[in-house]
Amino acid sequence: MAAIEVDDLHKHYGDNHAVDGVSFRVEPGEVYALLGHNGAGKSTAVEILEGHRIATAGSVSVLGFDPAAADREFRDRIGVVLQSSGVENEFTVREAIDLYGSVYRNRRALDEVVGLVGLEAKVDERIGSLSGGQRRRVDLALGIIGTPDLLFLDEPTTGFDPSARRLSWDLVEQLGQGGTTVLLTTHYLDEAEHLADRVGVLANGRMIAEGTPSELIDGISGTVVSFQLPESVAVADAVSTFGTILDHEVRLCGRFVEATVDRSTQVVHRLTGWAVENNVELESLSVKRASLEEVYLQLTEQAEEG
Amino acid sequence: MSSFPSTAALIVRQTRYQILYFLRVPVALFFTIILPIVMLVLFNALFGDNTITTDEGEWPIRQFYTGGLAAYTAVSATYSNLGNMVPIRRDEGILKRWRSTPLPTWAYLAGLILSSIVIAVVSVLLMLAMGVVLYDLQVDWVKMPAAAVTLLIGVASFAALGMALVSVIKTASSSAAMVNATILPLAFISDVFIATDDEGFLHRVATFFPLKPFVNAFQDCFNPFIDGSGFSPGRLAFVAAWGAVGLLIAIKRFSWEPSGAPSRRGRRSKPAPTD
Repeated sequence: MAAIEVDDLHKHYGDNHAVDGVSFRVEPGEVYALLGHNGAGKSTAVEILEGHRIATAGSVSVLGFDPAAADREFRDRIGVVLQSSGVENEFTVREAIDLYGSVYRNRRALDEVVGLVGLEAKVDERIGSLSGGQRRRVDLALGIIGTPDLLFLDEPTTGFDPSARRLSWDLVEQLGQGGTTVLLTTHYLDEAEHLADRVGVLANGRMIAEGTPSELIDGISGTVVSFQLPESVAVADAVSTFGTILDHEVRLCGRFVEATVDRSTQVVHRLTGWAVENNVELESLSVKRASLEEVYLQLTEQAEEG
Repeated sequence: MSSFPSTAALIVRQTRYQILYFLRVPVALFFTIILPIVMLVLFNALFGDNTITTDEGEWPIRQFYTGGLAAYTAVSATYSNLGNMVPIRRDEGILKRWRSTPLPTWAYLAGLILSSIVIAVVSVLLMLAMGVVLYDLQVDWVKMPAAAVTLLIGVASFAALGMALVSVIKTASSSAAMVNATILPLAFISDVFIATDDEGFLHRVATFFPLKPFVNAFQDCFNPFIDGSGFSPGRLAFVAAWGAVGLLIAIKRFSWEPSGAPSRRGRRSKPAPTD
C-alpha cells in the first residue's frame, strides 16, 4: 500500500481552483518533494493530506486513512511541521516537548528529540526567547516527537542559517533511512535535489512534472554554459551579442552570462572561437549539467506561457 | 505499540499546563486577578464606610463589594480570560498545531476550560480571604454550600460563554474590544461596582443577561440579612441556561484557524488567467 495516494484532487474557492486535478503517489519510506511558487497549490494540497482542509473533489488516502474523516489513530501516525504555526512561547523547550509528546502512543525520549534537532543547549529556555531558526527546530522536534510513520514538512528550513539547514537535512535523511515517509514542500531547489527521492512540480494547481531529480534534469535540455561578462561588452548589449554568438537565448545573472543549451560542445566552440578572435579572456567559464533550478524555471515558464 | 494515555491523565496534564501558561503571561494575570484585587482595595478605601440600603436592612458596602468583585473575578478568569487568550492562540497557529496531534478536541478544550475554572476558584478564594481579613466579610457556614454551588455554576456558564465569544471573534486584534464591550458595561449595571436600584430601565436590561443574577446570587451568600441556605435556584437556572446556549454556540462554531484565512489564501493564490 502506498503511504500517500492522491487521485484527481481538487480544491476550489469559488472560481479559484487552488488545486486543480492533482494526482501522485508516495511509497513508504520515500522522501517526496512538492515544488512550486507561492500560490501554486502545494500548501493547500498538503493541508488536505493532513486533514486540515476538505477537498472539493478527488480521492485521497494517507496511510490507508481518509484524512477528511481522520481520527486519533491517523494523527498518532503522522507528524506535521506547518509553515507558520505558533507554539506556546512561555513554555521552555523541555515543557513543550513533554506536553506535546504526552499525547502520542509511541513517543521519542526528550534527549533523543533535542539531539536530533540540535537543541541540547536550549532545552530549559523559553521558546519565546529563541531565534527564528531555533524555533523552527522546535517545530521539527514537535513534528517528530510521536515517532511518525509519515512526516509532513511544509518549508521546513525557511529562515534557517546554512548550518541549521544542513542539520535538518541530516535529520530528514536520517528519518528517511529509518523508514519514515517524508512529504516536503520547499522553495529551495537545492533542498529538493539534495533530499528528495522524487519531486513533483506544481504550477497553477496542476502537477506539471514529476520524477526523480535526475530524471527531471535529464528531461530538459540540460547543460548550462556560464561565464563572467567581459569588460569589452556593455551590459545593455550582453543579451543580444551573446544570443547571436551562442545561437541560444541567454540571460544575465548578476555579472554572469548564462545559457541553457542542448549541444554544449558546439556552443562552447562558437563561444571560445569568438573570444580567441577578439582576444577576450572569458573569466570563470563553466559548462555544467543543469540543476533542478533550471528545470524548475523552464517548467514553470512553460506553464505560465501555456 | 503502547495504548493512548488515559482520558484523566490527558485532561489533568492539559489543565496543569494551561494554568502554568496563564501564570507566565503577565497581562492575563494582571487583568484576571490583580486588577479585581486593586479594585477591591480601592473601592473599599474610597467608599468602604458607606452602607447600602436593602429590603432587609443597612448593609456595610465593604461586604457588598467583596461578594460582587469576587463574582466579577470569577467571570474575568473564565469569560474574559478565554475570550482574550484563545483568539491569540488561534491567530498564532497554536490551536492548529494541536489539531495536528492525536489529542482529542474535547480534551484540549476541557484543559482550557478547567484551567480557567481552577484559576477562577482560586482567585475567588483569595478575594474572600481578603474580605474576611480586611473588610469584615461575614462568613456564615450554613450558606457556604450555596456559595460553592453558585460559584461552580457561574464559572462553568461563563467559561462556556467565553468559548462562544471566541467562536464569533474573527481575529485576536479585536478580542480585547469584544470582551470588554460585552462585559464592562454590563458590570456597571449588575451590582459589581455600584449597587443599582431594583427597578428602572437599566435593571430590566441587566436582568436579561446572566451577570447580575450570578453576582446577586453570590452576594446573597454573604449577605447577613438573608436567612436560610442562601440558594437562589431561579437565578442559577437562568445563568445555567445562558451557559448551555453558550456551549451550543461554542461547539457548533468553534474553529481551529482564524476565520477568513482560507479565502485570503485563496485570493492570493488566484491563478493567472489561462489563454
